[in-house]
Amino acid sequence: MKLNVRRVRAIMLKELRDYSRNRPIIWAMFLFPVIFTVQPLISIFAATGLTAAALSGRHELLFMLGVPILVPATLAAYAVAGERLQETLEPVLETPITREEFLVGKALAVFVPSVIISYIVFAVYIVVVSLAKPDIAPGLFGADDIIVQIVFTPLLAAFSIWVGIAISTRAGDPRTAQQLSVLSSLPVFFIAILLAFNVIAPSLELAIFLGALLLIADIVGWRLIVPLFDRERLISGAH
Amino acid sequence: MTSRATTDTRGPAISVSHLTKRFGDRVAFDDVSFEIAYGEVFGFLGPNGAGKTTTVRTLGTLLAPTAGSATVAGLPLTPHNGVEIRRRIAIMPESPGLYQRLSVRENLDCFADLYGIDEPRDRIKNALESVGLSDRVNDRCGELSKGLRQRVALARALLSDPEVLFLDEPTSGLDPVAARDVHDLIGQLRERGVTIFLTTHRLEEAQRLCDRVAILNTTLLSIGRPDDLRDKLFAQTLKVVTTEPLAEPGAVFAKIADVTKWQQEAGSTYLLTVRDSRATAPVVTRALLAAGADVVSISEQEHSLEDVYLQLVDEANGQ
Repeated sequence: MKLNVRRVRAIMLKELRDYSRNRPIIWAMFLFPVIFTVQPLISIFAATGLTAAALSGRHELLFMLGVPILVPATLAAYAVAGERLQETLEPVLETPITREEFLVGKALAVFVPSVIISYIVFAVYIVVVSLAKPDIAPGLFGADDIIVQIVFTPLLAAFSIWVGIAISTRAGDPRTAQQLSVLSSLPVFFIAILLAFNVIAPSLELAIFLGALLLIADIVGWRLIVPLFDRERLISGAH
Repeated sequence: MTSRATTDTRGPAISVSHLTKRFGDRVAFDDVSFEIAYGEVFGFLGPNGAGKTTTVRTLGTLLAPTAGSATVAGLPLTPHNGVEIRRRIAIMPESPGLYQRLSVRENLDCFADLYGIDEPRDRIKNALESVGLSDRVNDRCGELSKGLRQRVALARALLSDPEVLFLDEPTSGLDPVAARDVHDLIGQLRERGVTIFLTTHRLEEAQRLCDRVAILNTTLLSIGRPDDLRDKLFAQTLKVVTTEPLAEPGAVFAKIADVTKWQQEAGSTYLLTVRDSRATAPVVTRALLAAGADVVSISEQEHSLEDVYLQLVDEANGQ
């Protein structure tokens, strides 16, 4: 598969411009990060008598992996369904672009802001807690937690993007696609919650296993998405 | 844009042979065959649901044909050639399909990149000048009227300097002035040698612009120059008006060998079916004068492309 970088970049830039002027999309980009930053901070600042020792075993940062799961799911759901709604899909597909280039451009336009937003959210949380609660910060996150965040964020974002785009190619309208996409991403988020609250004990072996599983899912996701993107069905509505 | 000769040694710009497209049991178009020369303006007419847009989408590689074969811009219509065919053609769909939240320039920038155009700024400038939109380059497309959006879509189709340009209802929803501008632009493109495949409901538009037309109603009903189609379908008719009704019109017209049929339309108006209207008109005039009639006028009865279209579509529908 050979991708034309200029065509991929054209789709990505167009998407980013469009997102930046689309109010529902901007809301989605900021709503989840705010929820996932404010809620853990409130729980820490509201609680009294917390000690680092008492908090050891909790992995609050894992809860915040909801951001790279839910933000891309919302954005990616708009990718194809939004184009169909605006009747812009046909003119784009009439150009020399291949479906792989179109999908990579779309995916990058979701992946880049989602990962950046996620890293900003994590950084804000770490900085605020470290400065305001230096006594309990070591109990809430260590170097291993931060590495997990850095590694799992792109893996989870990619997974959510493929799920979102897959639903978007099949859904009739963007809103339905967004709801289904978020719903489909929730099981992965629940695993993150179970790990965050130590219901499933996190370990290095488990992290490697889950990381490998996600990587395989991302690769398989790409291979499944490409044939799903059928020009004929998308243009004619035939099934 | 580069200039191209109208006479071309490359073979046809589009060649379609027994092309068929079905969606399950539904036939979109069936067993369609035609050829279009480079530089030709070809009109594609037909009622709603006749398969016109599906034909354009098939030739534009968006849909795969169910049967038959075609070449577009010199390339066989195969999935393998899809990218290269799309590089050589441009399609302006009926709905402009612009990104409403993006400006005119941003829309065209995106498509210039998708076509891999060198020096896109110049090309965008030229395309916008062609459609008279140079002063709206920074306007968001969502803020433009339907007519202006249609023009942006036309500018987008011109960006890639296509060999073959498919225009699907390009004047739909445009006011008469804007429609005239589009007609003028089509005329300019024809001068440059661009092959134009024009899908339209406006028959006067087709009659005025097209070198040849095809009439489709799932199957191809007829194809040819508008005048030829008219002559093939309708006998030539002379309309004769005299000051007073003739006393014995049968005696006057029956003597003229070229008049195959005549009828009195109203009062002193007669319709004569003739083999060659130009050759027969002087003969008829002399015969009328010899019979003592005062002739007000003798004129050719014109059949429009609309008459041809309605006749063929009605025949196809069994009416």
